[in-house]
Amino acid sequence: MATTTGVAPTIRADGLIKHFGKVTALAGVTFAAAPGTVLGLLGPNGAGKTTAVRILTTLLMPDGGHAAIAGYDVVRHPQAVRERIGLAGQQASVDEYLTGRDNLVMAGRLYHLPMKAARRRADELLERFELAEAASRLVKNYSGGMRRRLDLATSLVVSPPVLLLDEPTTGLDPRSRMGMWAVIRELVQDGTTLLLTTQYLEEADQLADHIAVIDLGGVVAQGSPDELKRSVGGERLDVQVRDPRQLAAAAGAMERACGHPPAVDPDVRRLTMAVDGGAAALTAVVREFDAAHVVVEDIALRRPTLDEVFMKLTGHATQGAAEPPAEGRGRRPKA
Amino acid sequence: MAAIDGRTPVRSSTAWTRLQWGFADSWTVARRHLMHIRYMPDKLLEVTIQPIMFVLLFAYVFGSAIAVPGGNYKAFLMPGIFAQNMMFAAMPIMAAMVQDMQRGVIDRFRSLPMSRAAVLIGHIGASFLESMLGLAVMVVCGLIVGWRPLLGVASTGEAILVLMLFSFAMTTVGAFLGLVVKSVEAAQSIGFIVIFPLTFVANTFVPTAGMPGWLRAAADWNPVSAVVQATRQLFGNAAAVPPGHGTWTLQHPVIASAIFGGLLIAFFLPLAVWRFRRMLSK
Repeated sequence: MATTTGVAPTIRADGLIKHFGKVTALAGVTFAAAPGTVLGLLGPNGAGKTTAVRILTTLLMPDGGHAAIAGYDVVRHPQAVRERIGLAGQQASVDEYLTGRDNLVMAGRLYHLPMKAARRRADELLERFELAEAASRLVKNYSGGMRRRLDLATSLVVSPPVLLLDEPTTGLDPRSRMGMWAVIRELVQDGTTLLLTTQYLEEADQLADHIAVIDLGGVVAQGSPDELKRSVGGERLDVQVRDPRQLAAAAGAMERACGHPPAVDPDVRRLTMAVDGGAAALTAVVREFDAAHVVVEDIALRRPTLDEVFMKLTGHATQGAAEPPAEGRGRRPKA
Repeated sequence: MAAIDGRTPVRSSTAWTRLQWGFADSWTVARRHLMHIRYMPDKLLEVTIQPIMFVLLFAYVFGSAIAVPGGNYKAFLMPGIFAQNMMFAAMPIMAAMVQDMQRGVIDRFRSLPMSRAAVLIGHIGASFLESMLGLAVMVVCGLIVGWRPLLGVASTGEAILVLMLFSFAMTTVGAFLGLVVKSVEAAQSIGFIVIFPLTFVANTFVPTAGMPGWLRAAADWNPVSAVVQATRQLFGNAAAVPPGHGTWTLQHPVIASAIFGGLLIAFFLPLAVWRFRRMLSK
């Protein structure tokens, strides 16, 4: 857990339960983020990530469990929570029929900044998020990346200590995504506590200190990215042979070197296996290949990817569950 | 769970500051709508060009074939057009509410430490102002085609007040419906299927005397008819309905309009607030 230092967590969810009719969106979700850290909620569409964010941002009442931001219970002190959070992503949106600057000034006013301060802050943020040139243009004409940056800027008007970003890069092209990551990293350096939901394992791996993997309304695993990767076993040895007719020979060589057979993907002439010995295993495999005259195109030792972690934890790939089914997601009848 | 560090929220602490911020937030939300007009002047077509078109259509096309008591169709028509457009005040706010919910703007507002009521008050306030702008445009348009208020400032002012009350009432109706319907298309259908016919099955454009009996009864009891009759009388464009003729609402149109308007507000404003708050726990 992120709370091992004994510091009270800034973001805390404790056994959150939420039903929508017969559908159970959250079936007792628990996670926490220590001050100044990044917590990644990782899961496919429909896993319950957005529901958790909506509860934490006071947009939704939980049916059970507790949630608190900076020590304030979201149900009992919603106003105190709202004064300390910024929300961006799927749920909060910018006004398309106002300019970028208008959006920021309006948000400043609604955070109760004086008009002058709201204007000054808007200009600062426009500058920082590289929107200064587009400041007087209608948001309707912004690109997807610009819109997300404005959305994020809007949630930062009062530099809230806690930021919740719901899938901040979904639908962005790779370049805009990188830009968004840079901005998020910068924020975290300033000491902001961040909760980030994402379907992208790479994103959680890149940004989060601590990851809670959510599937079907429950946390199926948590830990640091490294811990999660370790949990599926040690390193992987990837081998690609030049000649597909040598796949069987290569598999035999690898089994002789390490004691168990590799997984074979004939389409890309690739053999993959978990190994314990690291470099020693690699050397042993190479020796066996030499002896068996297997010609190797590529050979690499690597850590497991979060995709493999996800696959192992949930039994399905991240892209597999694109849309949540309307019914039947519930695991418990409504209380 | 109570606050761990025992702090209490700094802002929004007393009832007085809450009220002040409530007003400020409402104005911020209303201002947002008025700014939309600056960037999208076409948003105003509904409250400007459309009524003007109606004035011209009815004054010169239908008016040439419609006979009214007193013989002056333009004098008969204008109060009807005014009232019709006050009815239409329900439509833009309905669409605006639906759009804001779909686009997540309401969610953004709700995640801010602003007054919750301000979202609703701001929407209603802005729509009401828009409707008043439309009324001003129509008054000018009416004066241009030859319509005149004939009974002096006090009576004219009273007529305007009746129209304002009705516009506000319809805005609250629109606010509630906007929180109930799921799409802009649905909001538009309500406009065309419910509100539009309601403005026609009345004394708005033609005297009800020529309608079939059952339709005439409906038209005479229609609140729109009371509002139209009230404004016609107060502008001096029509005589009062004598006792023994027409419905009670037409004999006492000003009181009836006030009652209808008051009832609509008393019913739909709390309903809209309730609906808005309920979205919280959904």
